[in-house]
Amino acid sequence: MCRIGAIKSKNYIHPCKALQLMQSQQKGHDNSGFAMVMQDLGGIFEAYKDLPTLSMACTDEGLKIAEDILHEAGFRRVLQWVPETFPSNDLDIIAMPNYVFETFSYPRSYNKASVKEKEELLLDMRLKMRKALEPEERGFVYSFWPDVVTLKEIGDPKDIGTFFNLWQEDGKFSAKVITAQCRQNTNYDIVRYAAHPFFLQGYTALANGENTFYQKNKEIQAKLHRGYIGFESDSQCFLYTLHYVHRQLGWPLPYYKHVVTPLPFDELSKRDDAEQLRAIRQSLANLELNGPNTVIGVLPDNTLFTCCDAKKLRPVVVGRTDDTVVISSEVCGINEILPDRAWNTDIYPNEREIVMIDDSLEVVRWKQ
Amino acid sequence: METIKIHDTTPNDLPWKIVYDASRCTLCGSCVAACSFRAIEPKIEKRRMVFSEGDLPDPRARFSAVPVIKQVNSLKNYCRGCGICEKVCPNDAIRPVRNPDTRHPIVTRCIGGDSIKRGGRKNLTGSTRTLDQLRVGRISQMTDPSLDAQRHTFDMLAPFGRILPAKDLPLAVGPDGKLTTTGQAPPVNWIYPVIIGDMSIGALSWRMWEGVAMAVAYLNEECGLPVRMCSGEGGVPVRLLKSKYLKYLILQIASGHFGWNRIIKAMPDMVEDPAGVLIKIGQGAKPGDGGLLQAQKVAEHIMAIRGVPKADLLSPPNHQGLYSIEESVQKMFLSFNAAFKFRVPVAIKVAASATSVSVFNNLVRDPYNIVGGFFLDGIDGGTAAAHEVSLDHTGHPIVSKLRDCYLAAVQQGRQGQIPLWAAGGLGKTGDLAADAFKMICLGANGVFSGKLILQMAGCVGNDMGRCNACNTGLCPAGITTQSPALAHRLNPERVAENIVNYFLAMDQELKKMMAPIGNSSLPVGRADALVAVDQAVANRLKIQYVC
Ligand code: SF4
Ligand code: SF4
Repeated sequence: MCRIGAIKSKNYIHPCKALQLMQSQQKGHDNSGFAMVMQDLGGIFEAYKDLPTLSMACTDEGLKIAEDILHEAGFRRVLQWVPETFPSNDLDIIAMPNYVFETFSYPRSYNKASVKEKEELLLDMRLKMRKALEPEERGFVYSFWPDVVTLKEIGDPKDIGTFFNLWQEDGKFSAKVITAQCRQNTNYDIVRYAAHPFFLQGYTALANGENTFYQKNKEIQAKLHRGYIGFESDSQCFLYTLHYVHRQLGWPLPYYKHVVTPLPFDELSKRDDAEQLRAIRQSLANLELNGPNTVIGVLPDNTLFTCCDAKKLRPVVVGRTDDTVVISSEVCGINEILPDRAWNTDIYPNEREIVMIDDSLEVVRWKQ
Repeated sequence: METIKIHDTTPNDLPWKIVYDASRCTLCGSCVAACSFRAIEPKIEKRRMVFSEGDLPDPRARFSAVPVIKQVNSLKNYCRGCGICEKVCPNDAIRPVRNPDTRHPIVTRCIGGDSIKRGGRKNLTGSTRTLDQLRVGRISQMTDPSLDAQRHTFDMLAPFGRILPAKDLPLAVGPDGKLTTTGQAPPVNWIYPVIIGDMSIGALSWRMWEGVAMAVAYLNEECGLPVRMCSGEGGVPVRLLKSKYLKYLILQIASGHFGWNRIIKAMPDMVEDPAGVLIKIGQGAKPGDGGLLQAQKVAEHIMAIRGVPKADLLSPPNHQGLYSIEESVQKMFLSFNAAFKFRVPVAIKVAASATSVSVFNNLVRDPYNIVGGFFLDGIDGGTAAAHEVSLDHTGHPIVSKLRDCYLAAVQQGRQGQIPLWAAGGLGKTGDLAADAFKMICLGANGVFSGKLILQMAGCVGNDMGRCNACNTGLCPAGITTQSPALAHRLNPERVAENIVNYFLAMDQELKKMMAPIGNSSLPVGRADALVAVDQAVANRLKIQYVC
C-alpha cells in the first residue's frame, strides 16, 4: 500500500520534514523506497529560479552522455550540487553511482523565445536524455525544469534519508512545496521511474491507490502527447490526465475532477452545466479513473491540491497552521510535523471534492 | 406387396420423424389443428389382426380400419420439429424426433431446382464459442476492493452518436472560469448498452411487435433502464411515429427503403425525435443477401406501413447507387442528419467481414464527424429469412473483428469517437450479460441482439435445425407470422413481461460482473480484465493466456 504526503509552506522547509511526515505512516507502506519532488526551491537553488535544474541518478558514463546532450543543444551549466552521501553496508539502499543536481542556462538561440517554447525544449531535452540513458540503465532523468528538484531511490526510506543525510536540517536544500511517497512500485517491476511523485512540465502528481482503468488510460494517453511515456506505474496516468486537462486543453482545475470522476449521468443531467459536463464525459471517457485512489497534485504555479476517487475508497486528510499546510494519507503524519495545529480544522475531503491550496495558503474547497 | 418407388418422399428422407403412439392417442385432433405446417394429418390405417378362438388352433384374420395421426410425406409440408404437437397433446402420444439420416438438403434441391430458404439461424456448429473461452479473470481484492453489486451505484450507459476528441469540442473558458459552449457538437444519446436488434414489423407479427414495444416502454418508464429498440427495415406504424414513444426507437433504413415514405410524411407531426437512425448496409447472418419478406407474410397492415402491394418484398443486397464507403457517408450525411436537423445521431450497420477494419478506418477518419456508430454484425445471429447457403456458409465471427476495429481505433488514438456496437450470436447460450460484458471489455460500447429477444418471447426454434421456419409465415409461436390465428397464440403482455424480466436479470448480472473488477462505469476496452483459456484466442485478441 502507498502512503502519500505533501507539505506546502510560506517558509522554505527541509526534506527532513517530508521524511518525518512519511516515517510515522511507515506501518502503512512497505518501506521499499523514497521519492520526492521539491518545488519553489530555497537554499542554494533560490537564486536560479528561472533556470532549469536537472535531477538525475546515473553512472559515470550516463553523466557524460547527458551533459554532452545538453551542451550540444547549447545549455551551459551554472550550478552543480552533488549531495554528500554516507554509504554504509548497514543501509538498505540500492544506490546509483552519481546523484546529479545541475542548473543550466538556456541556449543563446532561446534568448528571445517564449516561455512556451522553452518549456517544450526542456521536455524534449529530458526525453532525449532519458532515451539515451536507457540502455544498460546508465541513468534516470527525473526532471529538468526550473525551480524543481526530484529524488527517487530504492530502499528503506529511513536509510535513504541517512545515506543522503536528509535527516539533518540545513539551509542548503529546501523548498516551499515538497511531495513525497515511500514505496517503490510493488505492483509491477521495480523500476526507478515507477516511483511517484511523477513530474511533467511543472505538474506533479502522486497517488495512493489503484487505477483499474490503467489500460484504458494508457492506450489513449500514449497517443495524446509525446511526454506521456513510460507507464511503469498505473499512477502515471493521474499525472498525464492532469497535464492534458489543465495544460493541453487549458481547462481550469475543477474540470480535472469532472474528467477523472465524472458525475453519474443522472446527477449530471440535473445541472445547469449539464451540456458541458456531458461533452467532457463522453469525449474523455478513456481518461476516467476507476478503482480506489487519492491523488495529490501540484500545478506549475505551485498550487497544491488533493482529490479522491468517486467512492472515497482511500483516505486523505489536510491539516494546517498559519504558515504550513500538510496533506497526508494518515493523520498521524500531520500530527508528527504539525503537533500544535488546531486539529479540529483538519479537512477530510469527500469523494466529490477538490481541496486546493494556493500560494497564500488559502484553502479552497470545491464540490464537483 | 408394393413395389419400391425409390423417388417417393418418405419420413426417413425428412429432417424430423414423428413418433406416434396410437395406443395413447384419443384422437382429440389437437395436434393436427395446432401444426401450422400441416405436417401431420389424420388418416385411416388398415389393420389385420390374426386370432384364434376355441381349444384348437384355428387362425383367422380380422381387418379393421383405425383412425391415426400420420406424418405428411411432403417436401412442402414437412415436419419442422417445432414440438407444438407434443406441447398440445394431453396424452403424450406424439412427438418429433430428429432424423440424423435426413436426405432433406439433397432431395429439396433435386426436386425444387431452387435454393433452400429458411429462418435465420446458423446451423453449422463449429468449435467451442470464443466467448466461452474467455473469463473475467482480473479480480479486485485487497488493495483494490471489489464493489458491491447491491449497494454501489453503477453507471451502465453507452453512447450512440459521434464523439469529438476533447481538443475539438466547441468549449471555451469563460471569464468566471467555467467552460461555455461555443458551437454545435454532433448529437449523442446515452442509452442502455443492449439494444433490441432490428427486426422489422413485417418480419414480426404485430402482436410480437406490440409486446416488444411495450417492454421497451416499461423498461424506460418504470425500471429506469433506457433501452432502445431498432425498428428494422420496413417502417413503423404511423401512430407510433406520432407518439411520445418514438424517442425509444431507432429508425432503420435499409436498401429497400421500405416505409421511409411514411416516416418522412409523419415528420411534421412527430412530438419527439427518434433515438437515432441506423443505416443498414449489411447484416451478419446473411451477408451479401438482402432482406426477404415472402408474399405470404405481406398482410394488409404491412402493405399500409410499407406502401407496397402483396408480393415478395426483396431488399437488394446493397444500396442502389452505393459504390463506395465515401458515398455511404455522404448519403447518411445528406439525408438523415439533415432530415432531423442534426439532432438525431445516425449510425451505420455492416456485416462483419475480413474488410471491416478498412471500412471502420474510413469512417473514423471522415472529417465531417457524422457517423454516430459502427454496428458490426457477425455470424451466428440473425432472425430473418434467407437462403440456407448464405446462412450456413457466409459471414465472419464477431469477436476478433470487433477487437480488430477497437485496436485499429486505439492505434490512431481515436477509440470511442465512433461508438462500436457488436452483435452475432451473443446470448446464444442464453446468457447475454456474460457475452455483452466480455464484448465490452474487448472494446464494444454496447451490443445488440434480436434472436434472443425472439427466444424470450417464446420462439421454439434453435440452432440445431429446430423450427427455423420464420420465412414461411407459419411461425408456430405466433412471432414471425402475419396470420391472425397464429399471431393470437402469442400473448403480447407475456412477451413484454418476459423481456422486461430478462433485462432486469441481465442488468443485475452485468453489475455482478462489474463489481469484481472494481468498475462502476462500463469497462469499455478493458481487455486486461479478461483472460483466455485458449492460447490461440489469447494471441488473437491480445489478452492474457491462462491455464
Ligand atoms: S413437430 Fe411441429 S411441425 Fe412437426 S408435426 Fe409437430 S407441430 Fe407439426
Ligand atoms: S418459433 Fe417462430 S420465430 Fe421461432 S424459429 Fe419457429 S418460426 Fe421462427
